[in-house]
Amino acid sequence: MFKRRRWILIVPVVVSIAACGSSASDTSSTAPITVYSGQHEQTMGLLVADFTKRTKIVVKLRSSDEASLANQVLREGSASPADVFVAENPPALTVLQRKGLFAAVDAATLAKTPPRYNDPKGTWVAVSARSAVLAYNTDKLKPSQLPPDLLDLGGSAWRGKVGFAPTETDFQPLITAVAKLHGAAAAKTWLQALKSAGKVYDDNEALIAAVNRGEIATGLVDHYYWYRLRDEVGANKTHSALHYFSAGDAGSLVDVSGAAALASSKHAAEAQRFLAYLVSKPAQEIVARSESYEYPLGSGVKTQRDLKPFDQLKPPAIGVDDLGDGAAALKALRDIGLI
Amino acid sequence: MSAASTAVLGRRRYGRRGRAPSALLIAGLAAAALSLIPLVFLVLEARGVSVGEAERLLVRPRVGALLVNTLGLIAVTTVLCSAIGVAAAWCVERTDLPFRRAWMVALVLPLAIPEFVSSFGWVSFFPGMRGFAGALLVTVVAYFPFVFLPAAAVLRGTDPALEETAQSLGLNAWATFWRVTAPQLRLPVLGGSLIIALHLLAEYGAFAQLRFPTFATEIYAEYQLSFDGANAAILSLVLVALSLLFLLAEVVARGRARYARVGSGAQRARSRVCLGKRRAALLLAGLGSLAVLSLGVPLAALVYWVLQGNSSTLPAASLLTATTTTVGLSLTAALVTAALALPVALLAVRHNGRASRLIERTTYIPRALPGVVIGLALVSFCIRSAQWLYQSTTVLVAAYAILFLPLALIAIRGPLAQVSPRIEDVARSLGLGPLRAFARTTLPLLRGGIGAGAGLVFLSTVTELTGTLLLRPTGTETLATRFWTYASSLSYGAAAPFAAVMVAISAVPAYLLIRRLDALGS
Repeated sequence: MFKRRRWILIVPVVVSIAACGSSASDTSSTAPITVYSGQHEQTMGLLVADFTKRTKIVVKLRSSDEASLANQVLREGSASPADVFVAENPPALTVLQRKGLFAAVDAATLAKTPPRYNDPKGTWVAVSARSAVLAYNTDKLKPSQLPPDLLDLGGSAWRGKVGFAPTETDFQPLITAVAKLHGAAAAKTWLQALKSAGKVYDDNEALIAAVNRGEIATGLVDHYYWYRLRDEVGANKTHSALHYFSAGDAGSLVDVSGAAALASSKHAAEAQRFLAYLVSKPAQEIVARSESYEYPLGSGVKTQRDLKPFDQLKPPAIGVDDLGDGAAALKALRDIGLI
Repeated sequence: MSAASTAVLGRRRYGRRGRAPSALLIAGLAAAALSLIPLVFLVLEARGVSVGEAERLLVRPRVGALLVNTLGLIAVTTVLCSAIGVAAAWCVERTDLPFRRAWMVALVLPLAIPEFVSSFGWVSFFPGMRGFAGALLVTVVAYFPFVFLPAAAVLRGTDPALEETAQSLGLNAWATFWRVTAPQLRLPVLGGSLIIALHLLAEYGAFAQLRFPTFATEIYAEYQLSFDGANAAILSLVLVALSLLFLLAEVVARGRARYARVGSGAQRARSRVCLGKRRAALLLAGLGSLAVLSLGVPLAALVYWVLQGNSSTLPAASLLTATTTTVGLSLTAALVTAALALPVALLAVRHNGRASRLIERTTYIPRALPGVVIGLALVSFCIRSAQWLYQSTTVLVAAYAILFLPLALIAIRGPLAQVSPRIEDVARSLGLGPLRAFARTTLPLLRGGIGAGAGLVFLSTVTELTGTLLLRPTGTETLATRFWTYASSLSYGAAAPFAAVMVAISAVPAYLLIRRLDALGS
């Protein structure tokens, strides 16, 4: 009896190892491309499936968080199996671009999206966008009580009422924006005030849930976290809303996610086709309808979701180049002891 | 059979039995070489930092605070885990506690709960739980099974004649426990504490959730936010140094005592302590609250997610694929790791020379490193030296073996020390070759230990996330990676079934661990 049981254990091992070996087989004529994606996985899955349907190019999708993937590509260098790299935030792209790991994006692809959101050096193209917001608990605060500017949140009136997630990659661009608009010293003072008055959360998911529960009155997040939470808990259990900061304020920052082709790709043409697809009308319409709630940026497509219209967002005059790799913002966070 | 003829603890240099056979040494060296890969790549990466930079990075108040946090938590957690683990093992093994089998399962099962599930459960039910106290509570209830499991095995395996002799010589129950039973428990308690200490050095997810900064969280910040592998390597080397300290301390504390019984005859069945109603009720209440804290809270969180979430349509197809992949990978990892651990354990217990000790200690070090460090080191290794292996199942299994070898080692080491090598000597003297003598005498007696080791590796592999994300073949999805995908897009309802299956399939080896223990006692 014992022996038979041992066989039961071994069979699935063999089967699964065999399955791992054969999964790469494909029937299409062109070689498959590998996409490393730090973007919302469900949306990326839809995009990849549609791309394959249109072009017959098979895509191997490797989804993980963008920082892990960037670290991975840094180590892989020119031996990277990746053909395309998709990130949620510019710093991950900037780090790899500075190492010379990206090829130039086709001019026709770059022309599909507003130039202010693309890499000024033309090595990555913006795919979708999001706005910084202040999520607030509607049982605790009225819209009239909310601050016009991000810097107001450092004031004593907000003691114990602001949640933020300094270790999230989304938070550094806000610091950079404050430093660009008001100077590095002001950014430091603001961070210091935020540290002593605010409450630190591990990630934006935990933060937005805490705001909705009423554990904290407000939270600095990107707009889509609130929409995704609303989907999960249902509109009737949503006790929070979004507040947009004033026009041109650092808190109105619009940040983008982008995609690049790797210089080492052995399928350069297919990789460029994928980038062109990402900003094309069909792909942007998938973004516009998707449950990731990001703004589409390319081919004039507008969001189909109940977001504040993109042209009503009034971001500060800060380009992706200004956001850089976020090193200065990190140093400020570290000096103040938030990370 | 007179009690006097059975073994007593000896101080003789029992381990050193001549030189280890070279085949055994080679097998042990192979395991150690595997464990050294991440360390080599850490050193290579750290070379990118100048001495001045390293000094600036390491000599600052923040590092002092991290050191205090990390070491303080390790000290208190290991002591509490040892106390709880031994007490629970004694209740289950030595008393007539009702529902003993069920309790054993409940006391092992916390190992099957991924830390990202348990810490999320705690934080969502008790949002105020932060800092040292929170970290202590979460880690103690998650890690005490690392002491409970080996302690229970030793309590079961010890010859009752030892304690009966002590009592016949006039010692009362407490004195017997401290002077006879406790020394037997030294190996499992030290081994379990060592594993817990190393785990705590490497732990990231729970401490990030609980806002308790340690070296591991700082290393993640270096990787995730500044993409700075060199700085992360320097900080990781601090973890390596700390792990070396713990490893040395454990060797010293372990001493050279031996634990096998010599002499003839079979062990007698043990009589259990009669608790009586009041004491039994008290113990049941204590174990019950332990189970609520370690299992109830995270499982309640899963149920809560499913009930609350709108995304809880069950993605049956991907759940099935992820389950098959996870079970296949975890079984392979368990078998490979146990096979690697066996020669290392034999060297450590039977041929306790300098080389053996070095080999054994080396295999523990990677356990102190966060998964991301091991994962990225193996990425570098493959890119440099074995590109054909990159992102293959083989490398993924190798990473699991590196990460979890110490678990298998600890599980095998204790029972092996209780097996007298003389049985094997007798088999040799009767004409069997070394391999067959081992296979016919020692190996059958080690089945429980090897099974426990493989079971522990299985449990840990099922819930491993960071290394899996980095090293898996593109397109391979495990239960943990699927859980992560949904949880990180706030679809907790959709994520929960993956966590539930993780716990459910881990319950199988947890149950087998108990069965093995039962077989040992009968």
